[in-house]
Amino acid sequence: MTKQRLILVGNGMAGIRTLEKVLARVPDHYGITVFGAEPHLNYNRIMLSPVLAGEKTFDQIILNGHDWYEKHGIALHAGDKVVGVDRAARTVTSASGLTLGYDKLLLATGSSPVVLPVPGRDLPGVVGFRDLSDVEAMVAAARTGTHAVVIGGGLLGLEAANGLALHGMDVTVLHLMPTLMERQLDEAGGEDIVFRDAARGVHKRVILRDNRVAGAVLYGDTRDGPWYFQLLRDGEDISALRDTLIFGQGVGAVASDPFAAVAALADTAEVCGCNGVRKGAIVAAIREKGCCSIDDVRTHTKASASCGGCTGLVEKLLAHALGDSYKTESGAKPVCKCTTLTHGDVRRLIKVELLKSIAAIMQRLEWSTAEGCASCRPALNYYLLAAWPGEYKDDQQSRFVNERLHANIQKDGTFSVVPRMWGGLTTPAEPRAIADVAEKFAIPTVKVTGGQRIDLLGVKKEDLRAVWTDLNAAGMVSGHAYGKSLRTVKTCVGSEWCRFGTQASMAMGVKLEKMCWGSWTPHKVKLAVSGCPRNCAEATIKDFGVIAVDSGWELHVGGNGGLVVRACHLLCKVETEAEVMEYCGAFLQLYREEAHYLERTAPWVERVTMDYVRARIVLDPEHRELPHHRFLLSQKYEQIDPWAERAAHGVDAHEFAPLARIG
Amino acid sequence: MNAAMNWIEIGSVSDIPRRGARVVKVADGDIAVFRTGNDEIYALRDRCPHAGGPLSAGIVHDRRVTCPLHGQISDLGSGQAQGPEGGCARTLPVRVANGTIRLGVET
Repeated sequence: MTKQRLILVGNGMAGIRTLEKVLARVPDHYGITVFGAEPHLNYNRIMLSPVLAGEKTFDQIILNGHDWYEKHGIALHAGDKVVGVDRAARTVTSASGLTLGYDKLLLATGSSPVVLPVPGRDLPGVVGFRDLSDVEAMVAAARTGTHAVVIGGGLLGLEAANGLALHGMDVTVLHLMPTLMERQLDEAGGEDIVFRDAARGVHKRVILRDNRVAGAVLYGDTRDGPWYFQLLRDGEDISALRDTLIFGQGVGAVASDPFAAVAALADTAEVCGCNGVRKGAIVAAIREKGCCSIDDVRTHTKASASCGGCTGLVEKLLAHALGDSYKTESGAKPVCKCTTLTHGDVRRLIKVELLKSIAAIMQRLEWSTAEGCASCRPALNYYLLAAWPGEYKDDQQSRFVNERLHANIQKDGTFSVVPRMWGGLTTPAEPRAIADVAEKFAIPTVKVTGGQRIDLLGVKKEDLRAVWTDLNAAGMVSGHAYGKSLRTVKTCVGSEWCRFGTQASMAMGVKLEKMCWGSWTPHKVKLAVSGCPRNCAEATIKDFGVIAVDSGWELHVGGNGGLVVRACHLLCKVETEAEVMEYCGAFLQLYREEAHYLERTAPWVERVTMDYVRARIVLDPEHRELPHHRFLLSQKYEQIDPWAERAAHGVDAHEFAPLARIG
Repeated sequence: MNAAMNWIEIGSVSDIPRRGARVVKVADGDIAVFRTGNDEIYALRDRCPHAGGPLSAGIVHDRRVTCPLHGQISDLGSGQAQGPEGGCARTLPVRVANGTIRLGVET
């Protein structure tokens, strides 16, 4: 049987995707010829902006290599534009003079961009933004020119402007409308609900008509795209969801289960909008074709193969379907955009390569920026501090303002001050001194915190040292309420007063706080001690919680309140106070040495598993003693009250006083 | 430049930590004076264009500063903030001679 002749005009995404579908359905039916005006293989046009910006190379956006054309016996005429079609004779003619006959003709040429019909539109240096040659022209112009004008402030125009600016050009954007990207962001008609979090770069807009979703624009956080799309397609009445619609499907109870949203998605829900791939097809590819990575899924289903916007969702589907055997790409994310190394890599290499300064890390590990960024610098500073106690000199300029000023910055630029109250206990003199300070410095708000201490809010930066001087004079020290460090040790009244108490929880809390204060940790650390199993100190949602029982103490670890409440895991039961201290020191040190920066104990324990923590701390006494000793060693250098250093000894004076006053 | 500049001495380069900033108090609002890792000096209004946070308290990296309130990154040279929200903190001219910093104030 002779094959039918199929000619495709246009070697772009839509045409080739159609061929892929044709080949999947009728593999040997056609002899295929492809004409493309561009002298290239089929590439992902959506990714031209990253190529212009230098984030990707052209090779990285090729969708189908030579091998694909060869495998399917496709004759590719790239760089040879079709200039004529003779429907009567069933032939096409190309610019090079080639005339070929067809049985079926597929036209997938795409469209040409609108260029303003103004004089000078043909001059050299005027380019559209549609194909690789345009990108090459822009990159070449950036090498010699200094100024670029982008006409059109829509998504593509701004991407072009960004790319040109990254090439060092001075860019001006001209736009017809009063606001940029109005087609993406400001759809007219209907009603809309908008959510914006500028700092995280998140913008969500859901457009409604008659209580039905008519459209959605998601920027920065696109997780709920398929859900909105499903609501739109089903024309579902969303009156009941209206209050929380903008927060997405994962709102409320399901938020604690990271897979709730993908599990709830119907099999018919579209996951990849570019290639029209539904959830069912992806799950089938994972189950039946054995896909176990993003690349596998891309190869088999094309999901996430074009714009990449659904990659996170596909990862979740993989993780949901494969469980623990799936290692997410996001599970091993780089520290930040300055490096490709993960937190784990960096921590390991600091020790292996004996790296002892931030500059040494950045140089040896080939950071892409000269001085890092506000994400990696504090992380590296902490890792060095934890790796080389007593040896590494803390880099104040790599610390967040709160840890540099030892107070907590508020939205108006003032600070809050929280003195330590050991185990939540105080004396008549302490609150009296706090009251005096509040009046003397006209501190507007005095609040009792959830951690059993008193917060002075609205303190001016210039007053901080004088406030601390007065608090120090009354015997109080910094409560580190601003730091990635030990915050509070919350206690209940315990056997000293309580009718039900079985052990002296207040005394135990004070002891633990005296041992642990001052230490820098990957994230904040909170402790609690309850004097009986009624657990009034809420010790089972703390990083390290202690609950007294008749025969001794139960130790609980890896819990927290906050956005996602996590109850502790029971570590073990011990009999003596000395054991409580040792297990606590060992646990905190293990966390200090092995967790990622900004990872609290709860996600850390989840990541390394409770079995691992038990193996390191409970099962082998030596395993416990060593980290406990390392904890005490590092504490030798940390237990200095930072307020007294600054108030009485002039440390970091430049942080508190203005450089000059004018006028 | 239309108005005449008055160059006021505000201190020396060594008064500001490398990759840090100090504040100059002016009647109509604070000015943040930055010193980069390369000892370049820049002056900006001490208000992040995003939510008014004190840029002088941010972390300085290369020629940029990250605002302490919500992490908005601004360019020290132009005052331009990155990201979809953009915005711009006003820059002030500075001159450095023999380690002394002078701030240009329009008279």
